[in-house]
Amino acid sequence: MLNYIWGGMIVIGLVVGGITGRMQEVTNAIIDSAKSAVTLCITMLGVMSMWTGLMRIAEKAGLIESLSNKMMPALRWLFPEIPKNHVAFRHIATNFIANILGLGWAATPAGLKAMNELQSLNRDSNTASDSMCMFMIINMSSLQLVTMNIIAFRSQYNSANPSEIIGPGLIATLGSTVAGVLAALLLRKKRARP
Amino acid sequence: MTVLLYISNLIIPLTFALIIAYGYTKRVDLYENFIVGAKDGMKTVVDILPTLIGLMVAVGVLRASGALDYLSALISPLTVYLGYPTEAVPLTFMRLVSSSASNGLLLDIFEKYGPDSYIGRFVSIMMSCTETVIYTMSVYFMSVGITKTRYTLPGALIANLAGIIVALILTNMLFA
Repeated sequence: MLNYIWGGMIVIGLVVGGITGRMQEVTNAIIDSAKSAVTLCITMLGVMSMWTGLMRIAEKAGLIESLSNKMMPALRWLFPEIPKNHVAFRHIATNFIANILGLGWAATPAGLKAMNELQSLNRDSNTASDSMCMFMIINMSSLQLVTMNIIAFRSQYNSANPSEIIGPGLIATLGSTVAGVLAALLLRKKRARP
Repeated sequence: MTVLLYISNLIIPLTFALIIAYGYTKRVDLYENFIVGAKDGMKTVVDILPTLIGLMVAVGVLRASGALDYLSALISPLTVYLGYPTEAVPLTFMRLVSSSASNGLLLDIFEKYGPDSYIGRFVSIMMSCTETVIYTMSVYFMSVGITKTRYTLPGALIANLAGIIVALILTNMLFA
């Protein structure tokens, strides 16, 4: 996918630049963009490392497990198809919590394990079950509370207050997740399998 | 509404306080784990540097050639009618497909308009409440061999659209 996007962006840019006679600008942009990617990464090295260091403490202290347990009643309501005490719940909880905390490296493995368990409960191995749809929709509704990389980007481009977007971001994330759950519940009813 | 901005200023120190206190009560080696985690973070950043170079160059070419401005001019009648920031349209669609390509477009907006402009603030909030739907779906469903995804895509698009609308409303209320 990225093959076409990346290639397409460059080819379109070169063609348009050729037509409009802006090859000098394009050449400068190639050099400058490559340079600013590196300066950006230097800022990110500091900010992201600080954050992942902090999150490592949370992880080692067992914050993911303890929050997962608190989440169980909500998960049983969201996934009525899954048998009580099934291991799928644990993977789903770990995926959600890791996403909420912004721990991508912990979220994806747990998410793939959750899909595996949901597949073992699935009646039709080609077609997504209702639990899978619900899990994927919540997962893709954006759960992360603090998007540290956006804050690092803002700081690199000299924002006067890089973190001012956290509060509105929280509300917007909440809005998208609530909308996702409602949509999943409605669509589940509407498209119930025979 | 300004309470939201107050929360913004509190979240990071509060996260520090809570996690340090939590780690302390669980008798975790605080400093040592911080250092190990920070080292992991450095690896992550170094790993994304090549994709960042690639995509920032691609967006830079698009911007310098004038292609992004033509695209904006082309779609602006529609976006003005809908009340949506025109410059954010390519980013909005790219966001669903690829996180590195959308980061490239986000940084282009920061570069051109600044992160504290109306559009800069809107895209910051919008990026915080949306996901790379297409990419995530293909990875997760492919891993278990599901081909019929039923209502996953419409559901995820509704969620992301809701996030974008809330982001737009909040930007207007707080920063317009």
